[in-house]
Formats: sequence, C-alpha cells, structure tokens
Amino acid sequence: MTAMLNIKDLRAYYGQVQALHGLSFSLNEGSLTTLLGANGAGKTTTLRAICNMVRSTGAIEFEGKPLSGKSTENVVRLGIAHVPQGRGTFTTMTVEENLQLGAITRNNKKAVVTDIERMYEHFPVLKERHTQQAGTLSGGEQQMLAVARALMLRPRLMLLDEPSFGLAPLIVRELFKILGKINREEKVTILVVEQNAQLALELADQAYVIETGRIVMSGNAKDIANNEDVRKSYLGY
Amino acid sequence: MELFTNQVLAGIATGAIYACMALAVVMIYQAIDHLNFAQGEMAMFSTFISWQLMQWGIPYWWAFLATLIISFAGGIIIERLLFKPLAKAPVLTNVAGFIALFAIVNSVAGLIWDFTIKQYPTPFGSSPFLGSQLISTHQAGMIGVTVGLLILLYLFFQFTRIGLAMRAAAAMPESARLVGINTSWMIALGWGMASAIGAIAGILIAPVVFLEPNMMGGVLIYGFAAAVLGGLTSPLGAVVGGFLVGVFENLAGTYIPGVGNELKLPIALALIITVLVLKPAGLFGRPIVKRV
Repeated sequence: MTAMLNIKDLRAYYGQVQALHGLSFSLNEGSLTTLLGANGAGKTTTLRAICNMVRSTGAIEFEGKPLSGKSTENVVRLGIAHVPQGRGTFTTMTVEENLQLGAITRNNKKAVVTDIERMYEHFPVLKERHTQQAGTLSGGEQQMLAVARALMLRPRLMLLDEPSFGLAPLIVRELFKILGKINREEKVTILVVEQNAQLALELADQAYVIETGRIVMSGNAKDIANNEDVRKSYLGY
Repeated sequence: MELFTNQVLAGIATGAIYACMALAVVMIYQAIDHLNFAQGEMAMFSTFISWQLMQWGIPYWWAFLATLIISFAGGIIIERLLFKPLAKAPVLTNVAGFIALFAIVNSVAGLIWDFTIKQYPTPFGSSPFLGSQLISTHQAGMIGVTVGLLILLYLFFQFTRIGLAMRAAAAMPESARLVGINTSWMIALGWGMASAIGAIAGILIAPVVFLEPNMMGGVLIYGFAAAVLGGLTSPLGAVVGGFLVGVFENLAGTYIPGVGNELKLPIALALIITVLVLKPAGLFGRPIVKRV
C-alpha cells in the first residue's frame, strides 16, 4: 500500500492563534481512517488545512503532488471531497440541484445523470425528496445528502467532519454502514473526523488520536480501541 | 379611465427599465454584499459607447450587441482591477470605491462626449402602438426587450451548469468552493452580466431621458427603490419591484395633487425609507438571520 495523503509538520493558524503544532500523518490508498480527539483538539482545522481553508505551513502531498498554495476549489478538483461540519448543504436549492452541484466540475453529462440515479439507489429517501428544498430535510437526510453530494465528485479521497453530529444513534449506524460500503465498493479513501469514538473505531481500519494540535497516538483501529488510555478518555469505560 | 390605463402602461414601460437596474444592483449585491452606487454611471457609459458606435455608422442592433459585449467585458475588468482587491476590506472602503468609480466614470464620459444633451434613436419608433393611443411603440419595445431579457436570465440561472454554479456561489460561497466552484470568477461573471443588463437599461431609456452623463442618476435611485421594495436578496423581487415602482411613480405624479414631475424623485426616496422601516427584507427577500 502506498500513502495517498502525506502530511508533514502541519501548523495552522487562526489570526495569531496557532491551532496545529506540527502534525504529521499519512493515509493509505483505500483505507478508512479516523481522526479522534476532544473538542478543540484540531480535528476540523486539520481537514480545513488539507483544503486550504485556513492559513497553514508544512507539507501536504496528495498522490505525490503538493497541495500548498492551491486554492480550495483546485484542491477539490484533484478529487478530494470535503463534507464540512454543518454539512455544507445548499439549503435554498433542491436536493437534485445539490447533487448536480457536487458534480459541477465534471464534464460528462451522461455520467453525471447516471451517478445521480446511483445516489438515489444508495439513498432512497433522497429520491423521494428530489424536488424538495434541501433546507427542509431532516438532519439525517441532510447528512445523507452531504455524503451523496461529495460522492458526485467521484472523489479519490473523502474528508468527513463529524458526520454523526446531531444525529440519532440509529441514523449514525446507518450512515456509517454506508460509508463502509462506499469505502469497500467504490474504492474511495476516507478520512473521518469524529467525537463518537466508539462507532468510528468500529468502522475504521486506521486511527489517529489528536490532542491540542498534535498526534499523540496512531495505529490499527482495533489496537487503538483496546488501548487503556483511549478507552478511558474517549470511550468512557 | 383612459388616463389611468395610460399612466399604468407608461409606468410599466419605465418600470421595465427600473427592473433592469434593480436586477443589476441585486446581482452584484448577491455576489459581494455591497450596493453598486456606480451601476447607473456604468450603464450611462455603455449607452455612450453604443451612441459612438452608431455615430461611426454601425447599425442600431449591431451597436447594441457590440455594446453588450463591451459592457460585459468592462464589468469584469472593473471587478478584477478595483473590487477583487477590496473583497476583504471593510464596508466603508468598498463604499468609497463605488463612489470613486461613480465620479470617475461620470467625469470621463463628460471629458470624451461633453455634457451637452444628445438625441438618442429608438429602433421601435414612437408612433402609437397597434394604433392605440395608450402606449407608444418605443414603450412597447422597452417592455418587450425587458421581458425577453428576464426570460433568458431565468433560463440561464435555472437550466445551465454555469447558472447553477453562480447561484451556489452567491448563496453559500464556502460550500461552493468545496464542490470545486471558482467563486472569485463567478463574482466577476456577475459583474459582467450586471454591467450588460445595465447597458440594456441605459440604451432603452436614453430616447426618453436623452443622452448625457447624468442621465441615469434618477433612474438608478428608482432602481434602488425597486430593489429595496422587492428585497435585495431576490432577483424576482427586484423585477416585480421595478414594475411596481414604475407604476407607483406615474400614478402618484398624476393623481396626488402637488406631486407632479418635480416631486417624483423624493417619492422614490420616501418609498425606500418606508420599506426599510416597515419591511426591511422587502416583499420577496429573506430576512437575514444570524446565529449568535
């Protein structure tokens, strides 16, 4: 396995405040990795730094190409789909328009139409609501839409920022099942940032734990789940 | 009754122009959250360009088309040179930029074409429309061109990929970037389109108000009134607002004693203030709610 995403000594800043203090990690192609950490640890900032939405230094390489200096939209165009916190839904537009927007950089119209149909198979509820304004969907439906929209890019790498946030446990399980399926069947490498450590560790094969802007632990998701410190701090038993 | 119908139809005709100006203002407002005070001057300059082209012997419709293309490019250039660098600047800096643009465009037009009032042709003629005394052919032309333009714009924004991208960039810029939309260029494109729409308004109204560097002053204020009335966040509102303001202006001038032509402009300003006090979001606008 080769590293698809390689991050070295990443430091990020909000104005004068430094949020990441020399973070290094890598993602293997085809892996499903989770980044765990408490509030304010720097998980969201890490994702934002990959897409160049926050001022940062250090090296980020995607498939051997450096991402630094690239605008957000150009990072996305390389095949990196980012589902942000709050889901990034275009609330005033219809569900179908949201899906079309996910594929806005793609030129093959026929393939886009087929992909929209494919998304409706993955997420039947979206088909039911395809003419509805996205803002009127429930939280869970909106998260499904956000994942579907990200997939419309035909991404090589998908970044998800706390997909479980604000969702009922049952919905979270369903969502994570879909993510696992996408990872296996569509060969999309996934990096998911989570506070819900238990579910994330069940789903993932690799895990990193981040604390105050630094990676403090890394390894196989099962090993991390069995680690005593992690159990105490993040799993609560 | 005939006077009333006549005034309403004439109001719809000028309202079409206000609708165009309001639409241009709203397009830029949606993209950058600022009111373009220089929209009218840009339209005036475009109208002068078309006049100059016709002076050089180019037929009306070719001059019209060429002016749209030049205005579109001009709008993009203004955005790239002046307002892109100001994107993160405070509101007042932007306001100063718009006022500077206003003054510069106005003076340059005066310098090139001087301040004397010029006749401007109409391709529609000014005979009674379909033999009716109610409305002239030029007025009918103004309505026709505007309605055609509005239909084209609707189709563009609703059914083309780039229209969808522009809507997304205006509604949620950060999410738009995350699906790979170059929002910066979408803003520039909005400027180009607003500039071209303004050019159409200027060319259509020039036979009525005559061509001179200050011709759009009043028109733009009505355009603002229309945009505020319809809601600055709603293109549809801007259009409806434009027609309403046009009709309202004419009826007030005809029926309210003592208003007449001289007081029409204060009426537009009074309308702006009234709407802002009573219904700040306008008829069709969404109230802006911020989470705190």
